[in-house]
Amino acid sequence: MKLTNLMTSAAVALGLATAALAEDPTKVGFVYVGPVGDGGWTYEHDQGRKAVVAEFGDKVETVYVENVAEGPDAERVITQMALQGADLIFTTSFGYMDPTNNVAAKFPKVKFEHATGYKRNTDNVSTYSARFYEGRAVQGTIAGHMTESNIIGYIGSYPIPEVVRGINSAYIHAKKVNPDVEFKIVWAFTWFDPAKEADAAKVLIEQGADVILQHTDSTAPQAAAQAAGNVITFGQASDMAEYGPKPRVSSIIDDWAPYYIARTKAVMDGTWTSTDTWDGIGAGMVGIGEISDAVPAEVKAEALAIKASLADGSYHAFTGPINKQDGSAWLAAGETADDGTLAGMNFYVEGIDGDIPQ
Amino acid sequence: MIRLEKRPQPSQAWSLATPLVAVLATMIAGGLLFAALGKDPVEAIRPIFWEPLFGEFAFYYRPQLLVKGAPLVLIAIGLSLGFKAGIWNIGAEGQYIMGALFGAGVGLAFYPLEAWYIFPLMVIAGGFGGWLWASIPAYLKTRFGTNEILVSLMLVYVAEQFLASMSLGLMKNPEGFGFPGSRNLQQYDSAHNAELIAGSGMHWGVVAALIAVIFAYVLLNRHMVGYHIRLTGEAPRAARFAGFNPTRLILFCLGTSGMLAGLAGMFEVSGPSGQVSIDFNVGYGFTAIIVAFLGRLHPVGILLAGGLMALTYIGGDIAQSNLHLPSSAIQVFQGMLLFFLLAFDLLTNFRISLGKPEVA
Amino acid sequence: MDLSAINPALLIASLMVAATPLLFAAIGELVVEKSGVLNLGVEGMMIVGAVAGFATAVETGSPLLGFVAAAGAGATLSVLFAILTQYAQANQVASGLSLTLFGLGMSALLGQSYVGVKPPQMQKIDLPVLSDLPVVGPILFGHDPMLYLAIALIAAVWAVIKFSRIGLVLRAVGENHDAAHALGYKVVRIRILAILFGGACAGLGGAYISLIRVPQWTEGMTAGIRWIALALVVFASWKPWRVLLGAYLFGGVTVVQLNLQAAGVAIPVEYLAMSPYLITILVLVILSADKSSAPAALGRNFHAAR
Repeated sequence: MKLTNLMTSAAVALGLATAALAEDPTKVGFVYVGPVGDGGWTYEHDQGRKAVVAEFGDKVETVYVENVAEGPDAERVITQMALQGADLIFTTSFGYMDPTNNVAAKFPKVKFEHATGYKRNTDNVSTYSARFYEGRAVQGTIAGHMTESNIIGYIGSYPIPEVVRGINSAYIHAKKVNPDVEFKIVWAFTWFDPAKEADAAKVLIEQGADVILQHTDSTAPQAAAQAAGNVITFGQASDMAEYGPKPRVSSIIDDWAPYYIARTKAVMDGTWTSTDTWDGIGAGMVGIGEISDAVPAEVKAEALAIKASLADGSYHAFTGPINKQDGSAWLAAGETADDGTLAGMNFYVEGIDGDIPQ
Repeated sequence: MIRLEKRPQPSQAWSLATPLVAVLATMIAGGLLFAALGKDPVEAIRPIFWEPLFGEFAFYYRPQLLVKGAPLVLIAIGLSLGFKAGIWNIGAEGQYIMGALFGAGVGLAFYPLEAWYIFPLMVIAGGFGGWLWASIPAYLKTRFGTNEILVSLMLVYVAEQFLASMSLGLMKNPEGFGFPGSRNLQQYDSAHNAELIAGSGMHWGVVAALIAVIFAYVLLNRHMVGYHIRLTGEAPRAARFAGFNPTRLILFCLGTSGMLAGLAGMFEVSGPSGQVSIDFNVGYGFTAIIVAFLGRLHPVGILLAGGLMALTYIGGDIAQSNLHLPSSAIQVFQGMLLFFLLAFDLLTNFRISLGKPEVA
Repeated sequence: MDLSAINPALLIASLMVAATPLLFAAIGELVVEKSGVLNLGVEGMMIVGAVAGFATAVETGSPLLGFVAAAGAGATLSVLFAILTQYAQANQVASGLSLTLFGLGMSALLGQSYVGVKPPQMQKIDLPVLSDLPVVGPILFGHDPMLYLAIALIAAVWAVIKFSRIGLVLRAVGENHDAAHALGYKVVRIRILAILFGGACAGLGGAYISLIRVPQWTEGMTAGIRWIALALVVFASWKPWRVLLGAYLFGGVTVVQLNLQAAGVAIPVEYLAMSPYLITILVLVILSADKSSAPAALGRNFHAAR
């Protein structure tokens, strides 16, 4: 394994160089799957990077590469960052999982953080993700109260566990406050196509939905709702406050800043260890955007109460009794879902119509 | 007055010199762009052209050029055959996906059996998948006269939906905790398209690309089919009078380009990429169209063009992280490079002369 | 499953909106191809139009000025293509694809500060009585002016190509540039004008996405259109009205499949998602009996001295 040796020695050499020059800034790399100007997923990760710069100033140097395709391109870019002396590398897409672990095996001195994955093959890899479904619980509560047609439209990207979990969480909480509520789900089968998202939102509104939840990142559904009039929406990934106070009545914000700052600090202090983080509202990784005045005060209070109980851990968004779609029991009364089942969730809960495309 | 005069023969000297002139012009224009963005032009351009080849970490980047360039060359060679004959396969991206799905499908079906014959079967399946997908436009064109541009293109989108559906369903890794994407073939020895020499970047796809270049060269210059292709492209009526069968040519050109694209997809999924996932395809099938024309539809030209494209991709990523350049600036830079390469090609076929036109 | 939830009038109205960017881009490309030039840079010109239109509309507060700027920006970018292919004799396919790459990068650079900004809205044409008519109202009278412009453009291109001398010259140049040159027509000049027109139309199509259909600016937001506009011209066999048919068919199937999903029809979603492409192929096969073909000189460069 000539290359591995070469790389290890290169890494060691760089490691030594870093050790020798203690004044050297900590170098943090970020690998992005989209452009930083996508206004959603990658944009929020880059906000996190900027927060790291703001926090540590001259003591850090951050680098990023955007629009990195998953697969060999990602592996090359991650390797490139490691070769060029990065101390800590955040890889921010699920598809970077295997490339991240491959590179980590070759650079034992460099720390790697992979977002939304589950593989930590070596002890210099951590994984982190956010419990966005907690935000969905708050959304579902507001949506259930606010809908008059009792039809809630939901735009999904691809039927992956992350999205399915969000649908279930929103449905459970909407149903709890409004037993007549019905979900109409449209899969866009794309991560990013604003025009298609706009169409999907229009279709849902035309079919009677007066609340639109989206698991895609563009503001297209917001604009469609605004044009339609009496429809409410929630910002996704970023706050989308420009569409408030209506249609956008609240939002789920990906806030990676606290985590990125904490992990960078850990590398600086030498306290970094391999961990699996799955944080929610409590740790500040999931932000709930300002609930606008379009929401009645008592609904707002109820939503905030749920948010508070999720934050302090006194309430879990998946608390039994909950049955699966086919009627079989999943959680008994008072039982809460375990993280393993949640992470790989591939079923709807009872009451949701339709099948998950498999 | 500046005038263009067509050269009786393309200039050999200029055909070699124009790429260099174009690269120089791009460096100047790109330098201005980077300067406008507030970066040191020299510092911005050096990583793109120099770093991957001769920089401190060239030992890593040089093999990556092969990894990045091989699929481009393999697909472009196939496309060039059809393009020469006026047969427009725009859907190599779809054939690439289908090749990967067929190849990976065979590999995954055998899991966890270890046997020597699995990889060869995957190669055959990959080539077959691409061939099959390209045969749809070929069949529709020969049977109904349906335009192959549109059909091959639409089938790209269909293939993308298949890919998503496979990653989420049939080929999903049963040990993947419900996440999309197949098992990683890199961890399945019999199906792994590993590097032939560790650290060299040489995998079977690179070998296949080189063989394809030689094959295409021989075919076009030494074989009746090659003559047939060229004649059809330059003088379709003459080709018909000469008794060539256009149906067979369509089937051959589309089938071959589909097969090569399928092979590229199969080598990618079993090697550098490793798994079937929703975002497996990254546009090689479309970029290869540029590569084919940049290489003037000549096998050796395509080899060089593929290498150059790979260089700008790899160098572009280095420049991004070194200089905090947005990827869009790199895209603009690549666009400029292509423009200059295409524009300066003029000097190969034309002479620029000053003065009044001679009276013919 | 509840098909009664689908309102056909609203469905048709929204498919018209979905199809409009395609109409603009495709009718422009049709004119370019009629003149014998193949410009595969449609997406590049669209996205530059999208960002230029968006930025102008935000800065001036006038969507109309935005559309004007978008047309200008699309045409400006197409000048690059014209120089490459008409003067430098570069290969048209490669030049067009490079133009797309360049346009995508350029638009992202220009649009950096417009991410997350909300553009001014374009007023719909509101005809007091007509817009409120059942069924006919939303389909015919409830749209923004640009949508009508797109349809008018189709009609205009059709009329010009079919009846006017300009159309005759355009077709002559596209069918046989040597003969057209021999007849004294300025082949290069005519083609450049056609390319500029195509660029302007693509720019309008892009701005329609960023200002009306979505409306927002994001990098690479024309992702879904990519090659469809080009495919439509082929689909239409270079006939303007068939562009309209093709765009409405494609837009229609897209909207219908989303409608069927929302209504909970038991067809697997992935097959629904494939349907616009498959149905387009199917219709094309049925239409294949029509043997009218591409302009004979399509994609071939012209050099007067040869």
